[in-house]
Parts: sequence; C-alpha cells; structure tokens
Amino acid sequence: MNIQNLVNMANDMSNFFNSAAGEADAPREIASFITRHWDPRMRSQLIEHGKSGGEGLYPATAAAVKLLVPPGPRPA
Amino acid sequence: MQSLNLHDHGTPATVGASVTLDIDGAQVTVPAGTSVMRAATLAGGAIPKLCATDSLAAFGSCRLCLVEIEGQRGFPASCTTLVSPGMKVRTESEKLTSLRKGVVELYLSDHPEDCKECAAGTRCELHQVAQDLGVTEVRYGRDGANHQHSKVDESNPYFNFDPSACIVCSRCVRACGEVQGTFALTIDGRGFASRVVASQDEGFMDSECVSCGACVESCPTGALTEKSLMTLGQPEKVVTTTCAYCGVGCSFEAEVKDQQVVRMVPSRDGKANRGHACVKGRFAYGYATHADRITKPMIRSKITDPWREVSWDEAFKYAASEFRRIQAQYGRQSVGGITSSRCTNEEAFLVQKLVRAALGTNNVDTCARVCHSPTGYGLKHTLGESSGTQAFDSVMKTDVMLVIGANPTEGHPVFGSRMKRRLREGAKLIVADPREIDLVRSPHVQADYHLQLRPGTNVALINSIAHVVVTEGLVNEAFVAERCEPGPFQRWREFCALEKNSPEAMQAVTGVPAALVRGAARLYATGGNGAIYYGLGVTEHSQGSTMVLGIANLAMATGNIGREGVGVNPLRGQNNVQGACDMGSFPHELAGYRHLSDSVTRELFNGTWGVTIDSEPGLRIPNMLEAALDGSFKAMYVQGEDPAQSDPNTQHVTAALSSLECLVVQDLFLNETAKYAHVFFPGSSFLEKDGTFTNAERRISRVRKIMEPLAGLADWEATVGFAKALGYDMPYTHPSQIMDEIAHLTPAFTGVSYEKLDRLGSIQWPCNEAAPEGTPTMHVDEFVRGKGRFYVTEYVPTRERVNMRFPLILTTGRILSQYNVGAQTRRTANVEWYDEDRVEIHPHDAEERGVVDGDWIGVISRAGETVLRAAVTDRVQPGVVYTTFHFPESGANVITTDNSDWATNCPEYKVTAVQVVKVAQPSAWQKRFRQQNEQQLELLRAPGSHTAG
Ligand code: SF4
Ligand code: SF4
Ligand code: FES
Repeated sequence: MNIQNLVNMANDMSNFFNSAAGEADAPREIASFITRHWDPRMRSQLIEHGKSGGEGLYPATAAAVKLLVPPGPRPA
Repeated sequence: MQSLNLHDHGTPATVGASVTLDIDGAQVTVPAGTSVMRAATLAGGAIPKLCATDSLAAFGSCRLCLVEIEGQRGFPASCTTLVSPGMKVRTESEKLTSLRKGVVELYLSDHPEDCKECAAGTRCELHQVAQDLGVTEVRYGRDGANHQHSKVDESNPYFNFDPSACIVCSRCVRACGEVQGTFALTIDGRGFASRVVASQDEGFMDSECVSCGACVESCPTGALTEKSLMTLGQPEKVVTTTCAYCGVGCSFEAEVKDQQVVRMVPSRDGKANRGHACVKGRFAYGYATHADRITKPMIRSKITDPWREVSWDEAFKYAASEFRRIQAQYGRQSVGGITSSRCTNEEAFLVQKLVRAALGTNNVDTCARVCHSPTGYGLKHTLGESSGTQAFDSVMKTDVMLVIGANPTEGHPVFGSRMKRRLREGAKLIVADPREIDLVRSPHVQADYHLQLRPGTNVALINSIAHVVVTEGLVNEAFVAERCEPGPFQRWREFCALEKNSPEAMQAVTGVPAALVRGAARLYATGGNGAIYYGLGVTEHSQGSTMVLGIANLAMATGNIGREGVGVNPLRGQNNVQGACDMGSFPHELAGYRHLSDSVTRELFNGTWGVTIDSEPGLRIPNMLEAALDGSFKAMYVQGEDPAQSDPNTQHVTAALSSLECLVVQDLFLNETAKYAHVFFPGSSFLEKDGTFTNAERRISRVRKIMEPLAGLADWEATVGFAKALGYDMPYTHPSQIMDEIAHLTPAFTGVSYEKLDRLGSIQWPCNEAAPEGTPTMHVDEFVRGKGRFYVTEYVPTRERVNMRFPLILTTGRILSQYNVGAQTRRTANVEWYDEDRVEIHPHDAEERGVVDGDWIGVISRAGETVLRAAVTDRVQPGVVYTTFHFPESGANVITTDNSDWATNCPEYKVTAVQVVKVAQPSAWQKRFRQQNEQQLELLRAPGSHTAG
C-alpha cells in the first residue's frame, strides 16, 4: 500500500496520543491502536518502513513502530 | 385523510393526576388536562367532530362536538373543555343531535354534491358524520353562494388541493404549524370568503411548503388528497413498516392494494416519529417499482463485456468460483465485503457472517466508515457504548439544544420538526455550523447563538467552550466526582484551562467571536437540561473522533447525561447506520462492538458458526481500495452500497475498483459501483422483505414485506445463496431466525425477538434480562464502561490547507428532498424540488471571480476538478463554498481528498481546499464520466440483459 498514507495515518495518531496519553505513553498507545485496528499487511509494511529508516515518521510514531509485533503466519 | 386503522381520540394525550368524571352515566378516569372529547372516546364512545384530531391541539371551530354538562349553561365544545373531578357529561340528546345536524347541513351546502368522484370515498369525515347523524337532505340548498367552482391546485407532484371540498376546519393550517413547523398555510379572508392558501397564495409548489404531507393526512375531507389514492383507489389492507431513508426511522402504516402501496401514513403511535413524516418517507417510495430496477442476476467476465442475464443459481456459482479461485491464487485475505446501512440488520449480519465464516477473513466493513465511524470510537471510549444516549422523545424535556454540524430540518426532517416544536415552547438553541442552516432562523424559531465556525475547527471550538466551563466554575462537580474517573478528568480540566484554549485565543482559528462562545458555553452549562445533537459535520473530519470525545467530555463535565432531556445524540444519516454497526460490520469487531482479540467472544461465534474466526483485524474500505491498487486485494462483495459515488477521491476509487478481478454488486439499480462489477445480484427494496432497522436512538423496528421481491429473492436470501455456493450453509427460512441468532450472540440484544417486536412495536437496545423492554435512556446510574472517561482533545489543524492556489474551503451537506447518493430519490418526483447539485458561494467570493447566480463554475482541488452551477448566497461565509452530493455526474467526490479521521479513516469530506473559476464546459472527468456511463448502459441494454421496465 502507499507507504506515505500509512505514515500519515500513524502520524495522525501520534498527534492525538501525544496530548491525550502524554508523550511517555504515546508510543505504547499508538502501537496498541495499530495492532487493534490495522490489517496485518499494513502493520507489516509499517514495521518494514521503520526498519529501513522510518522516513517521515514523527518521533512518537517511530517509537511506536518499534513496539509493533510482526503478524504471525496467516491461515492460507 | 387519516390512516385506515386509526382510532382518533380528537385531542392529544396528556400526563397528569387522575381525574374521574361521569360520561353518559359511566365513571371514566383520565389524566388531568384531558379534553371531554378524548375522555369520551377513551371510554369507548364517540362524539362527532370535524376540526379536532388527536395530533393537533384543540381548536374549537366547527361546533359539532357540543355536549351538555351538568351545572353549565349552553352546549360547550367537548374538544376544548377539559375534564374536572365529578363532572357529569351527556354526549347524546335530542337537542344535541339537532344542533349537530344543523352544523353538518351548513357544511354540506357548500360541499360537492356528488362525492362518488372524491378519492376520499367513505373515509371522508364530513360524510361519515352526516351518515352517523342521518343527514340526508340539506335544508339550506346548494344553490347559494359556494366554492364549487374553485380551481384545483395540482402543482405538488404528490397531492392535490381541491378548495371545493375544503371545510376550512384549519386542520391543515395547524398541522403545518404545530406538527411540521413550516407555517406555509394560512386562512385567508373572513367568514364565507375564508379559504386556505399556501404562503402568499402562490400554490403549494411555489410556496414554502416542504411537502411533508402532514396537512394532507390531517384533512378530514377529500380537499387535500394524495394523487396515488386518486389513481389506485382505496387500499385493501394496512401493513406497519419502517421508512428506509434517514436515521429517524419513522414508522408507517402502508396502505396496500394488489401488492402496491396506495399511501404511506406515519403511525401516530410510532415512537420515533409520533405520527409525522417527511417528503421522502411519505411520498418518495416510487423508486421501488422504477423502470431502472434490475430484476435478473447478471454476470460478465470483464467490465468491458456486455452483461449476461443468468439464473440466480448460475450467478451464485460464478461468484463463488471466482472468489475461491482468487483466494487460491492470491491468498485468503485477498477478498472482502461491504455491508449496507440501507439493508436490514439481518442482511448486514449475514454479509459479515459470509465474509468471516465462509470466506475466512475479517475484511468486512460498512458504509458507516464514511459517516459515523468516529461516533463509535468516541462514545465507546468515553461513555462505554457506541451509540446515542437518548430517545427522540427526550428532546421534549430539553432546555438548551446544542446542534453541531447537523442540519436536522434537511437531513432528519421529522426530528427537525420535533426540535422546532420544543423550541417554540421556549427551549434555547445554540447552532455551531459554518452555514446558516434553517434552524438558525425560521418561522417562530431563532437560534440564541450561531457559532459560525470555519470548517475544520470543531475541536478548537469545543475546547474553547470547555475552557469557559472549567474556568468559570460551571463544572457539575458532584456529577463528575460521583460518575467519572478522577485522574483523566483532572488532566482534561487542566488542559482546557490553558490560555491557548480560551475563546479569545481560539477566535483566530475558529473565526467565532469569543463573546459568542462564552455566552453559548454559559447557556449550555447552566440553562437546565442541555442536549447535544450532532451530525456528519462533526465526524467527517481529520479530527472526527477527537471531536466526538470532546462532545462527550463536555456533556459529562456539565452533568448533562444519564436522564431525559440531556445527552449526546448522533443524528445518523442512513436508516440503518446504527444497526449495520451493531451487527459486527467493522473489520476489528464482532456484533455488539466486541473486539476480535476477545477470545471468549470469538469462541462463542466459533461454536455457533462452526468455524475459526481470524483474530487479526481486516481491511477497512479505504484500505481495501488501497490494497486493490497494490494488487493484494482482488475481489469484493458489495451489498447496497455505492463507493464509486459516495467515497472520496472518485478517480482513486474507480481505479481501485477497475483493478479487481471479481466485484459482486447487489443493488436495486446499476449504480456507479456496478459499472465496475462482474456479477450483479438484483436487490430488493424495503417493501419486498422482512427484517428490522435500528434508528439513531437505538430503536429496532420491523420492516414488513408488502410485495414479493421483484427479483424473486430478498437480499438476505441472496446472501444465503451465495454462502451456500461457497460451501457454507446458512439454513435460515425467515429473517426472524437470523435475529434469534443475533440475540444469542450479542449481549445487548438477548431480549430481542420478532415476537417481542410485534408486541411492543419497537425496542431500544440494550434489551436483555436487566431491561426486558429496552432502554430509552442510557448511562442512568453509571456509564456502560463504569466510570466516565475524559480525554484531552488537542486541536490539530487538518493537513488540507488553503493557499494561493486553493484559497476557498469546500464543505458538503444534503438537502431535504434528496437522499445521499440519490439512487432512490432521483428516481422519484422529488427531483421537482432539486434536480442538480449546486455550489453555494458567498456574493463577495462570487464577485471577485466574476461569477453570477447560475453560472457554470469549475471547482478545482488537489484531487480533481468538476463543474457545477453556482448559487450565490450569503448563507455561506466568505471563503467557504458548499455543495450537496446527490447526483453522480456532479462529481462532488472527484474533488474530495484522501484525508481522513486519525482513528477511523472516516474521510474528511467537510474540508477540501479548492479554487473556483468561471468555465464554459464540463470538466475532463465529467466528459469521461458521461462517456463511460453511456458505454455501461449500452452493455446493459445488450441482448440478454434485462431490466424491470
Ligand atoms: S405538505 Fe407539510 S409543509 Fe406543505 S403545506 Fe402541508 S403541512 Fe405544510
Ligand atoms: S426520511 Fe427520515 S424523517 Fe423522512 S420519513 Fe423517512 S425516516 Fe422519517
Ligand atoms: S371538533 Fe370540537 S369544535 Fe370542532
């Protein structure tokens, strides 16, 4: 999927959680939000993007991406 | 004319202490404030009447309902005389009969002699009364001055006004004022010369009339009559059902003859609408039998191929084999489905079941994604339940209404009328909207505050209102201490108190003068029962979910939640938005908003469905489209939805749809999405099936079959057939069994059954052991989540900014006579009121661009360009343009962008930076659209294809 869209969506979350949860907790909240609401292929793509430098990710988002657990094997 | 099975008590019900009186020798007990007429009918009697009907306040003009009351002189009118303890009433006597006969004869002397021609037939109340009193001759003769040659007003497409049959009882005039709140009708002239006129005697169509039909229904004679009744004649039976248009969910008595609807009459005991309706629900049902209906299943292997008409069986087999082929080739997660807010609960439930159980993926979503998904997120997190908190009736106890980003008189007309009624009784009104909506200023209604904010600054506004509440000591401390989590509240309070959130600081952002914000905040917090009503102007923003949290924060902080008259009330766009969401249509939740990660719930579903549900969330609609473009999503089953028209950035959507290998569309018509489809399942309208809808107040109401499905199968049956072809059995024989399964699987529905719905009329969920008859008001003693939870809601400007190239903000909305993508209403006479989308532009912006009213203007955004006609009006503020989105060729969504709500991906329809220029021809997109449309219609007309016509 268009990685810029995924980056924007995740960054928008950090805009919310930075103030709603506080900067210390924001990464955990973002990671949990993505895990609970995103299709695994989107999560994987964001994790890969993080690994390859994470261009465009806000600090809290970048920290959240590091907390994301890659999806396990999907049923075929 | 009234409903066929109405028992009219003459005057409205009241509440009060019991009063016992004597009527014709029988003891009768009724609430204080009841009229003698109503008391008599409640006791089983009937007093002749003409100007009275129980939807209107007593008027006392016809003098037919006279009675004798012991100790009182003369013959008081029973409709205007209230009961009192020990009162002794006589409703029949020789004298009374003679007086009544005299009145009836007078009326008949100026009434058409030959009533056989009249569509009202035996249902004319004047003739019924005459018959009951035995009036056969008219002593005054019919030759005196009369109105028998008055011209019939046929201007309204749905009803006629024949002044010769009018008895000037004023019921229509009062219905238009009291019930509808439009005040379009008056009695012009005096005495014999008096007559009913619309506005300044302009005829109905050119007047302020909004064609709600309340006057037609209240008319006791055939003076105001539906054209359908004149054409089809008297009905044979009455079926109670629910409107399939907006989220008010009006209950109707459908009067039916030979499987055809003769009239739709709103149910007076319908709890959502209390006997009222709008031009869509009452009149605009003709789309159901429109010639454009497609009634045969069709398939084709490429979207450039002609459609081929096939049997249902072949269509199911083809669709199933394609889905299975695609899953085998691209993986299980390469397919998905969309449920519809226009279909029943049972149908939405089945589509998501098919996706999760038969296809084995959670790639299911619903059109609420693009309207109210932020409501679900915001209210669930603050209050604990993804729904509005009140019944519509609650508004009658509201003292201050705060209406944010909603236009009830256009989008939710029956509730809009209800609000107006309460406002006329003295409730206060605050409107927060970029436009001057009708509620801001209309007959006998004037908003106390209109906070005319810039589009996209809702959160800034709600924060500045909250600032006033927390800094001026307006927090309901006792409520918050008892009902809410202290830590989050404290953080919220400190945040709101920051100077940056003050109305003065935010004025530069919102454009709303600080003094107005302060006044409005004080009024909401201290004016008695404060209720918030909001619509898509709240949700369809990049901060839609944040705004819903902000609204809930404000209601909790002021203690405006948990009783009648207050609350947080999302006004849902489509009839079954609430229901489709409740049914587990979101990719991360099972029915009843339970997250997939909840293994206990998953196990319950696994056990019932005999499958193993994936625990990972699936794709949302915009994600499906993105995934289609990147090649990981290849097939989609779309029931009753039209993303090619309704979703933002049309060119992006159609590119995604074109890249699917199998698109199955189930709809009444070849909608825009179907033009990219490979399989077409012909849909069934609400008249053709059984089921339930859940309206904006969580009210579950029955939809009842009136005619056989034109395509042979109701929508739920088609889903069952498709599932079977996929190898998954859904052995239902009636939608009631689907509801039983929903009740078994969903805690808030455990007490719901068709039997109970038939008995109670409708039920507001939660309906379970704790609330066997449903729950009108939620969060009464505690919030569903336990303690209410406040959230800090920082204002973050949208990414969509105006600049030199795109200096104006485009925002969108809807109009009364049309409905959403217009697929239904465009195929009715409602186009006589509105036959094209126009762009409203402020005179200042228009002049700068040399644009005058009616000019063609190009509207250009970062996403695309379209051409529409200009409507120059100061209803919009300078810098803002506005359009509706009811006609596909308008391409309103060609210009909206991919921006969306951070939590739910609900598109930011309400804010698009645009430029507007005067042009002479359609946009390039529109030319392509017309060409493609023509091509697709050709493929439909190719031999072997078939429509209802
Ligand atoms: S149709 Fe409705 S708005 Fe029109 S005159 Fe009758 S009551 Fe008034
Ligand atoms: S469209 Fe809405 S307000 Fe109008 S009749 Fe239907 S449910 Fe009622
Ligand atoms: S019905 Fe009472 S005066 Fe007309």
